[in-house]
Amino acid sequence: MKHLALLRANLFRKKLRTALTLGSFAVALFLFGILAVVRGAFQQGVDVAGVDRLIIINKVAIIQPLPLSYKARIEQIPGVQDVTFANWFGGYYQDERNFFANFAVDVDSYLRVYSEFVVPDDQWAAFLEDRQGCVIGEGLAERFGWKVGDRIPLTGTIFPGTWEFNVRAIYKGKRLQDDVNSMFFHWNYLEERREYTKGMVGWYTLRIENPDDAVRVAQTIDATFANSPYETKAETEKAFAAGWVKQMGNIEFLILSIGTVVFFTLLLVTGNTMAIAVRERVRELAVLKAVGYGDTTVLLLVLAESLVIAGIGGGFGIVLAKLFTMRGDPTGGLLPFFYLGERTMVAGFVFALAVGALSGLIPAVTAMRLRVVDALRRV
Amino acid sequence: MVRVDGGRADGALIQLRGVDKTYVRGGEELHVLQGLNLDVNQGEFVAFMGPSGSGKSTLLNLLGGLDKPSDGSIIVAGEDITELSLSELTEWRARHVGFVFQMYNLIPVLTAFQNVELPLLLTRLSRAERRRHVEAALDLVGLADRMQHYPAQLSGGQEQRVGIARAIVADPTFLLCDEPTGDLDRKSADEIMDLILRLSREQGKTVLMVTHDPLAADRADVVLHLEKGVLVGAPTVGGVR
Repeated sequence: MKHLALLRANLFRKKLRTALTLGSFAVALFLFGILAVVRGAFQQGVDVAGVDRLIIINKVAIIQPLPLSYKARIEQIPGVQDVTFANWFGGYYQDERNFFANFAVDVDSYLRVYSEFVVPDDQWAAFLEDRQGCVIGEGLAERFGWKVGDRIPLTGTIFPGTWEFNVRAIYKGKRLQDDVNSMFFHWNYLEERREYTKGMVGWYTLRIENPDDAVRVAQTIDATFANSPYETKAETEKAFAAGWVKQMGNIEFLILSIGTVVFFTLLLVTGNTMAIAVRERVRELAVLKAVGYGDTTVLLLVLAESLVIAGIGGGFGIVLAKLFTMRGDPTGGLLPFFYLGERTMVAGFVFALAVGALSGLIPAVTAMRLRVVDALRRV
Repeated sequence: MVRVDGGRADGALIQLRGVDKTYVRGGEELHVLQGLNLDVNQGEFVAFMGPSGSGKSTLLNLLGGLDKPSDGSIIVAGEDITELSLSELTEWRARHVGFVFQMYNLIPVLTAFQNVELPLLLTRLSRAERRRHVEAALDLVGLADRMQHYPAQLSGGQEQRVGIARAIVADPTFLLCDEPTGDLDRKSADEIMDLILRLSREQGKTVLMVTHDPLAADRADVVLHLEKGVLVGAPTVGGVR
């Protein structure tokens, strides 16, 4: 702390250079934050998946339906606690760009299986009373300015025509990361109006009594419907979500590649800045050594400078990223889990410091090894 | 009185015995200092003169513990500094040596106060004690009213005064001055020499100074002449050999 004045003076020696280096860190860490959020958005479905839930889809493909009659048979399988089902509806509001997830669900069982969604009792009761009723997430309500009592028309893409819905309830998530940008409505409403695939559901979701029993239950289900016209593929919700992300491409690799390029660019930019800073101050560093500053002290002084730049710039960038994400999903529904967590922020800050330390290391060692006699001879 | 004959001078503060310094450049050996003997007593003001390349700066570097001799010993206040490791030498410099450079070598982004305070940051002194020491040093060199000025806001003579304040603030055993007036006009040079002389006379500081300036050298108690790495002729005392 005694050397704070020297550290501060050195940081402000070339204000523009310091500002630009701080800016590099801020931009890089902002990008880091956003990449982490995008990765998280894709990964979140996997992370929030219930450990005690299985998804059953048609073995051929998820777009192939399964008979409604399977429900009763699945309920009989030992280890199964509860079963619900749903259909992807795929409707949009006014314009195709206003995409959001909407499902027809079995209202009797849906909230028992998806207990993370919280709906006020009176609103839920009103929803059950209204065949055209729907429940929307609070994020969706905010996005379109919808409120309970509104009537909203959706244009069907899979099931043609205009479908009218009454907003009867708005749900919240128990956890911050729960999806609150979806809509669900009575499966019976879909069943009544659609002209094909009647008596079929998109997929089943079931809650099992013991998460450790997941593999056995899944195998039993698949065995039960083996060699039938509608064979099943049962897997944990986590595995299902991971498979879904994989279909989008190797997001992890893409993000890692961009992150690596950013890391090395930042390392070079900061390393170069610190190297120039040390080269410019060779004589001053030599004087410090002459008056008794030890090698370690000189090393730490240079490293501290690099770390302060990294910490301030990186911290600023990650806070900017947080502020950006607080506005919510900028894609209008493609990335419903657009959230920068505290752990990621801390990781980003530590990452910035690590880059700062690494980039300052070589110039700091150069300064440490400086021979006073040689340095004072240079002009 | 200074002795250069290698004879034992009891109680000498600085003793050089058979000091050699040899550099190897392009495979060739350069004997910069050869068999130097010197005794300097506490409170003496010694000037070294000689042409470029005679070994003056090398001698100053050795005396200041910035470099090590190839052979011989340098004993300061009873301690043979040639036996010290590089890190021990660094600590030794902080305690015993005050450097005054030709180009002042102040840190431009620090105020006069902060520049003078630098050597004290290595000590255990409290902030208040450091302040007291710095103010006393700057007062001694006549810059009490320039403490918050940056080097760029000072004249060359004033910058050198700050440099001297930095050299004396930690109360070192001796001062090493490398061409302290080399970058100054005559008037400023005289003022700086007055100050160094006052430090020697009134504060009892031992001063070793390298200079090309005969007028500056005349202010010293003793002038020694270096040529091709050896001390030549008899010491000049008060302008008389």
